[in-house]
Order: sequence, then structure tokens, then C-alpha cells
Amino acid sequence: MKRFLILGAGTAGTMMANKLRKSLSVDEWEITIVDQHKTHYYQPGFLFIPFGIYNKQDVIKPKTDFFPPGVNVVFSEIDRIDGENNQVFLNDSKVLSYDMLIIATGVRTVPEETPGLKDKLWYKNIFDFYTVEGAIALQKFFKSWEGGKLVMAIAEMPFKCPVAPIEFVCLADWYFTQAGIRDKVDISFVTPLPGAFTKPIATKMLSTLLEEKNIKVIPEFYIQNVDNETKELVSYDNQKVPFDALTIVPVNMGADMIENSGLGDDLNFVPTDKETLQSKQFENIFVLGDASNIPTSKAGSVAHFSAEILLENLMSYIEGRPMMAKFDGHANCYIETGFGKGALIDFNYDTEPLPGTFPLPGIGPFGLLKNTKINHYGKIMFRWIYWHILLKGKEMPIEPHMTMAGKVKMK
Amino acid sequence: MEKIEVKGISIELNEEGFLTDSAQWNNDVALELAKVEDIELTEKHFDVLNFLRDKHSAGETLTIRKVGKSGIVDIKGLYDLFPGGPLKKSSRIAGIPKPTSCV
Ligand SMILES: Cc1cc2nc3c(=O)[nH]c(=O)nc-3n(C[C@H](O)[C@H](O)[C@H](O)COP(=O)(O)OP(=O)(O)OC[C@H]3O[C@@H](n4cnc5c(N)ncnc54)[C@H](O)[C@@H]3O)c2cc1C
Repeated sequence: MKRFLILGAGTAGTMMANKLRKSLSVDEWEITIVDQHKTHYYQPGFLFIPFGIYNKQDVIKPKTDFFPPGVNVVFSEIDRIDGENNQVFLNDSKVLSYDMLIIATGVRTVPEETPGLKDKLWYKNIFDFYTVEGAIALQKFFKSWEGGKLVMAIAEMPFKCPVAPIEFVCLADWYFTQAGIRDKVDISFVTPLPGAFTKPIATKMLSTLLEEKNIKVIPEFYIQNVDNETKELVSYDNQKVPFDALTIVPVNMGADMIENSGLGDDLNFVPTDKETLQSKQFENIFVLGDASNIPTSKAGSVAHFSAEILLENLMSYIEGRPMMAKFDGHANCYIETGFGKGALIDFNYDTEPLPGTFPLPGIGPFGLLKNTKINHYGKIMFRWIYWHILLKGKEMPIEPHMTMAGKVKMK
Repeated sequence: MEKIEVKGISIELNEEGFLTDSAQWNNDVALELAKVEDIELTEKHFDVLNFLRDKHSAGETLTIRKVGKSGIVDIKGLYDLFPGGPLKKSSRIAGIPKPTSCV
């Protein structure tokens, strides 16, 4: 009996467990998946919690609801991978051996990397919404807040779901307008990037949107520390941004287990072939989802598109054939822009987000880089699709590779 | 497209002042590029430039944090060496493409 081991049962790991169980013979392959937590969090839903649109029960389900029969499940923290000897050490000193391994341990936020962040103002005036705890603490804070300077800041690139902070400020604009105190809330957006987003055409569209909403963008601000006394963000070149409420995306890093295994870069992301998704260090280790260092968004949609490519390559590898499937970096993100509207961007390694329409059989077309109501429904529908189709590894009516159909070429 | 002359060799730059061919880089080119930024290069500067070139040719994505953990300078020190946009400036002087953080 050969052993297939999946580390991490989040979006990527759960999808692969479902796909692999269908593709690998039960007589030949034993499949085991390991995670430290029993609860599956629908992370895109965290964005809506601070504004009271979702609550905790809307974003959690037991992980066991999503594993297919015939997969062993181990709930334990992973300590490290010994890639030379094909073994994984768990924290309770158990050892699992493998023939094939997928790393899908995602990324986590590390507020400790920024001096003064996790200090006396943490969860009093400073919040994150990348954890369920942070999102709930912020919901409580907003309920009784009477206004002041609201700052949304990004500590470091890359971070997962790069559009989430933009969505956050748009929703904040809507939320405080509804509450009748928008004139008392001053919203700014602090980023280490030269503009609101990374790619030029999308940045232009998003900058205009933020300007219309009276949200100030403070670019090229690289946070050195948070001053808890003066309530200020301080940059390395000594600029200062005062806040009454700070929402931050802390530094994102891969799991410590990656560092313990000697498999990561300086942010614990695993060096991975961006086309085959094979790790650069060991040929029987593959990486899916946020844990890898491939140069595209860290997003659920990317995990989904690349999962199909990975499955094909795994089957080729196992059968001794060359790996022919190549991932193109395809990402597809709905951007919630407030007041019941949304925008959609679709791109890959080579093509930046372009305007136009996105064809989705039966439902679309959705407007690309346009602010429309149908795009907002796309975002809301996504939660249902996530729980019922995506995690279970079922087919979606979208091709894994990006298509130019509907897009308007800009050059 | 812009061109600069360094010791009789013509070097091509793109619209943002980055070398179009990283292989044309040498210490004299660096000194010339640094002049544009009003930076006088010291040994420490060159340690950073060589670190950036090594990491770039290894295909790694460059970040300010990565340079800060290199053991050559800390982040504050990097800002002192290349004031205002340290990664962009140091990359330009190192003759490598403009660093792109991924989406
Ligand atoms: C606020 C927010 C909004 C988002 N919005 C969107 C969106 O609109 N669209 C979109 O496509 N994506 C969105 N995302 C991103 C999306 O949620 C992630 O990209 C996706 O979940 C990545 O899947 P993954 O499997 O790689 O990692 P995860 O789903 O994070 O799973 C990693 C798993 O590994 C486990 N693990 C880690 N280390 C260990 C260890 N040492 N031992 C045992 N287990 C371990 C964790 O417990 C976890 O279950 C959003 C994310 C956030 C935070």
C-alpha cells in the first residue's frame, strides 16, 4: 500500500483530498490528511463580520463535513517534514511516512513581526480582520464607535487576498454612511505599494473608486512600528499617520512547520515551480494554495484553478509520465465595493486585470473592472459555491486557464 | 528609451531608468546610475547591490524585509543607504528589473 499525505485541511488540502480519492485506487493508495483545527473557516466571510453582515456562525463548519469516505483524518499540529526520509513529525511525537506529499498549510498573520502592534491597544483600538477573533472584536468596536480617524494599513507584501483591504474601506464607507456618521469618520488607506493595487490598469480603476468615496490613499508607507502612546503608525523614513482606529493586515507568513523543515524562504513560503506546482527541493513534494511562493495572488480562486493542474501532474508523476499540465497563474477575484455593488478582476502571470466582461455560463456575464450589482451577487453567491462545490472538489463551469474572451486589450 | 555612456560603452535604460540588459552591469555602471540618485556608493552599498543581484539571478522575489534579514544591513540602514524608495533605488543601481510585488 502506498501512502499519500496531505498537510493542511483548509481550502486547498480539502479540495485535493476529494479529487485524489476519486482518482487514486483504494487498493493501491492510502490517503491521509492532517490539520491542527477541527473547524473550517470560510475566510472570505471574515470581511463581512466587522460590519455585522455575517457573524461567526456564518463562516464556520466542521472540517469533517468535507472529507470524502476513505480518507484518514488526523487532527494534530505538524512539527516538521523530513524530506530526505519521507517522514512527517507531528507535535504529539507521532510520525507519518509518505510516498507522495502535498503541502497545503496556507499562511498565517504574524502581528509579532511589527513592533508595537500586539501591544496594549491590540483589540482595543487596533484590529485585524484576517482572523475570526479580530473580525468579531472589530464588530463590537464599530457598534459603539462615534467616529474619528479610521486607518486601514498593510504591513508587508505579499498577503492573502490582496483586494480585501480595498473592500474593507469601501464597506466602511457604506457602513458609516448608513450609520449617519460618515462625516465624522476620516478613512485612509496606508500601503507599502506605489498605489492602491499592484497592477497598473486595476490600480487606476480602484484609485478612482477610492477617490469618489473620499478615501485617502497613503502610498509607499513601509511600517516600522506602531506608537501606542501617540496612536501613530511610524514608517522607516519617519512619516507618521495618526489613528483612532487602526485595522491592519499584519505580516503574512507560511507555517512555522515550513521553517522547521528547512523548506521555506524568508517568509516561510515554499519555493515551488510555478507551472508544475512541484516543490523545488524534493520531487515527491508538491505545494498547493497560499503556502507556495508562486507569483500570483494568494486566493481561494487560485487554489481552485491550480488544483486541477496539480491533479493532472500528480497522476502523470505517479504513472511515470512527464508532467505536461502547466499552471498559468489564473486568479479571479470579486471586489465588494459597498452599497450593494462589486467589481471583478481576472488575470494570470502574464496578463494584468483588464476591463470587459467575464463569461460564466448560466449566470454571467460579469463586468470586469466595473462597479455593478451583479458582481456583488457573485461575491455573495461565492459562499454557497465554496461550501457546496469548491471544497468537495467538484467541477465548476470555469476553465482553469484564463481566457481572453470578453476582455478588452488595452495596448 | 534612454541611453547612458559608461567608459565608451552605450547602455540602454527603460522608461523608468532600469537597465534593459542586466548583463551590461558593472561597478562603473553602478557609480553612474547612483549619480542620478545623488548617492555616493560605499562598500556597504556594493554589498547590498551584490546581494540583490545574487537573489535576482536565483529567481527570488525581492522585498525590503529580505534585504533587512540579509545580515548586511537592517531595514533602517537600507533606508539610510538609499533614501526614499530604497528597494526601487537599490534595484535600479544594481541593474536588475524593478521589483514587482505580486498581487
Ligand atoms: C479576509 C479574507 C478574505 C478573503 N477573500 C477571498 C476572496 O474573496 N476570494 C478568494 O478567492 N480568496 C479569498 N481569501 C483567501 C482564501 O481564503 C485563501 O487563499 C485560501 O483559504 C487558501 O487556502 P489554503 O488551503 O492554501 O490555506 P488555508 O485555507 O488557510 O488552510 C491552511 C490549513 O493548514 C492548517 N495548518 C497550518 N499550519 C499547520 C500545522 N503546523 N499543523 C497542522 N495544520 C496546520 C491550518 O489550520 C489550515 O486549516 C480571503 C482571505 C481572507 C483572510
